[in-house]
Order: sequence, then C-alpha cells, then structure tokens
Amino acid sequence: MLILGIESSCDDTGAAVVEDGGILRSSVVSSQDAIHAKYGGIVPELASRRHIEMIIPVVDEALKQASVAIEEIDGVAVTQGPGLAGSLLVGLSFAKSLSYARAIPITGVNHIEAHVMAAFLHKSGGKGTDVPAFPFVALIVSGGHTTLLHVKDFTRCEIIGHTVDDAAGEAFDKVAKLLGLGYPGGLAIDRLAKDGNPSFVEFTRPYMAKGNLNFSFSGVKTAVLTYVKGRNGGLPPEILKDLAASFQETVVDVLISKAMRAVGAVNSKTLVLAGGVACNSRLRAKLTAEAGKQGLRLFIPEPHLCSDNGAMIASLGYHQIKKGSKAGLDLNAKPNWD
Amino acid sequence: MDAKADVYVTNSPEETEALGAELAKGLLSSPGEVIGLVGELGAGKTSFVRGMARGLGVKGCVKSPSFTLINVYEGGSLPLYHIDLYRLAKLEELYGAGLEEYIYAKGISVIEWADKFPALYAECNIIVIFSYKGEDMREIEIRRR
Repeated sequence: MLILGIESSCDDTGAAVVEDGGILRSSVVSSQDAIHAKYGGIVPELASRRHIEMIIPVVDEALKQASVAIEEIDGVAVTQGPGLAGSLLVGLSFAKSLSYARAIPITGVNHIEAHVMAAFLHKSGGKGTDVPAFPFVALIVSGGHTTLLHVKDFTRCEIIGHTVDDAAGEAFDKVAKLLGLGYPGGLAIDRLAKDGNPSFVEFTRPYMAKGNLNFSFSGVKTAVLTYVKGRNGGLPPEILKDLAASFQETVVDVLISKAMRAVGAVNSKTLVLAGGVACNSRLRAKLTAEAGKQGLRLFIPEPHLCSDNGAMIASLGYHQIKKGSKAGLDLNAKPNWD
Repeated sequence: MDAKADVYVTNSPEETEALGAELAKGLLSSPGEVIGLVGELGAGKTSFVRGMARGLGVKGCVKSPSFTLINVYEGGSLPLYHIDLYRLAKLEELYGAGLEEYIYAKGISVIEWADKFPALYAECNIIVIFSYKGEDMREIEIRRR
C-alpha cells in the first residue's frame, strides 16, 4: 500500500511516499531556513505563504523520486496538529483535495507521535531491518516539543513526560539569539560548542532532581541571560564557545537523565530518540554512550528523518488507515493538540 | 497617557508568579481585558502569565506559546489567551494567523512582546514592563490606562 504523507505544521513543507508503513520510497523537504534566517526565527504568515507555493512542487518531486504516478497512491496522510494553524491548513487543504479528487482514504496524524515512526523507516524493506520492538520509550525533542512517550503499538501511545515551559529546541533558538548567533540556533550552538568547554559554567540542571518525567528549560535560558549581563557586554569568541558548550551540556544532560528515568519507570529496554533536536551531535553521542552503559537498545533515525518530514506522517498514516481510522472532508487543524 | 503606574520588585520567579496571580484576580469582572507584556528574553514574562493562569484558577502547565503563537487556557473563572508575538515580523501576520479573534473575545488576553507593534500596543489597557535588575531580581511596572 502506497501512502503519500504531507507535513506542513511549521516551517518545512514535506511530502513523501512510503510503502506499507516502512519502506521509504521518497522524502522531499523544502527547508525554509534560508527564508527565515533574516528574521531570526520562523515567521508564521510567511511560512504559510511559502507552504502554498511549495506544496505542489514538493509533492511532484516526491512522486518523481519514488517513480510513482499520482494514480498509484492508495491513501493520503496529513499532519493535523500540533502546529501553526495557518501552516497546518495548507497541508490539510491539499490532502483533502487529493483525497476527494482521487477517491482515496485520508487520515489526520499527530505530528509528535509521527516523529516516533522515523525509527521504522528504511530504504529497502529487506530482511534483517532492525526496528524497535513494542512497547518502548520515545523521546521527541524539537523546537516546539519535548515529550516522553510510552509507545505500546503503532497507533497506541501515552505521554509520560513533557516540558512544563519551553521546548528544548526553543531554548537552543532563544539562547542562540541571546548570544548573537544566527538561526537556526540549534545548529549554530552545536557547531560552536564543539571546541568549547562544557564545564565552563555549571548551570543548574533544571528539574533533574525531581522524580517526575517532566522537563523545564525556561530557567536555563534565564541563567544564560544572567551570565551575559554579568559580563557587562563583552563576549569574546573563546567565552562564547565555552558558554555554548556549557548551555548545550545542561540541556543534553537533562534530556538524557529523564529518558533514562522513563525507561526505568516503564521497565523498557528500548529507547527511540527523534525530533529536530535529535540532530544535535552532542545529544546523539552522549545518549549512545549512556544507552550502551545501561544495556539499552537505542534507535536514533538519520538526521533527515529526525527533523520534520512527510515520511513519518505517511508511516503513521498507513497504520491508522489499516486500522480503519479514516477521516472525512471535515478534517480540521488542531493547532494545540498534545 | 498612562493614568496610573505601580512599580514592584520581585526576587524570584515565584514572586513574579504571585504578582501575576494578584493582577488576574483583579480582572475577574473585566472580561475582554487586553494586557501587554514588555521585556527581554528571560525577564519573567512567562512566569507572570503562569501566575495569571493560577489567579484565574487554571490548573495544569503554562507552556511557552512561541511555537503555536497562542495557548488557550480554559477551566478557570475566565478563559486566558496567552499570545506570544516573539516570532512575528509584521502586524498583518497576526491577522493572518487569526489571533485577533482571541484578542477581542470574552476572556483575558495577555500578549508577550506587545511593544513590537504600536497599533496593537495602543489597544492594551494594561501594560506590564519587566526589567532585569539582578540574577533573580526583576522590576515590574504595571501601567493602567
């Protein structure tokens, strides 16, 4: 079964063709970072206008790369939320039109849950493909979310932890802005931190001592502000590197400690890391080391599948359609969907 | 011009929250009120809004709306619309995103980075200005017009 996945919840327009929920036939993402860079962040209305311009070319490219004609698509999956209302509506309108015109099923997908599916995507579908076994814990970390999920089945999962204020990726973006680095902030800090001293400033690890599975990243942002103010202006490149590394280490340590606690809490031996922040090199390396120490099976999809893409939407959509969870043409955006 | 201004100093995020709660409790008979928050990153705006939500009797998390632009909190005495203009570049984008439907609705609207757009700023009956004074110390000025 060939599913076309459409993703437009934030700044990237994504389209992908996935076969039987796992075989990645194509995945095309038109990153808008170049458009947003000059504004120091995502500009929502600009984002939805760009989605309108990009959605048809991106879908065409996804079909072409998959060597599939539109007539061969069996169903369409689309991000329903959470996300920016205007951006979500572009993907939804396109998907509904396609579903109606081709008389194929449509299903609305939760963006956060879909990130988990990146761990099930593979190129060939050949034997020996390693995928996570249910149930497992997934840590989804991005600019808009920091969520721990207990995943019981393709279409059944439970939120067991989340941020109480800022998302981890948002903290990266805002701290990058405080430090005068560019957008996207995650990449700028990751690069700069490579040569920095992660123990230069010992920021408090927020919420780490608390026994629950929730996160808080607003305080680290404020701590960086306090440090910058305390220096009265001057941030020489050497200090900047160390500060970036210290901030990054704080966020990474909190994420890892909570993920490990979650794995213990539900007695799982498998962990999936996904979402845009899963591209962070320090997080990938340190979590891999920690999982090795704890004897966990860790799945971190390739970076292009960790950040927002249509393939993860198609994959979850396949399982929903298979279960009979199809939507009507009244399918609407859920911008604040958990 | 500003009719009345009160200046407070808080020494922790908790005190900032308490001040927000106190302000919100005084607004229970003023549905439709629009409050603008002004202050840099880390100045305490979100803590203040968390306090406002508590003051209205809203349970649960008050998260940053930077990503979704708006978080709606219901379940308290009045709905609270928590709007964040951090990522907006132009006022027209606010309308493009449909946020004005909330601003003139029957709840309390609180808008972070309200000073980015003078036309919107002029609509705020209450302006709260946050200034960084020290690690945990903030000066918070509440202006009513």
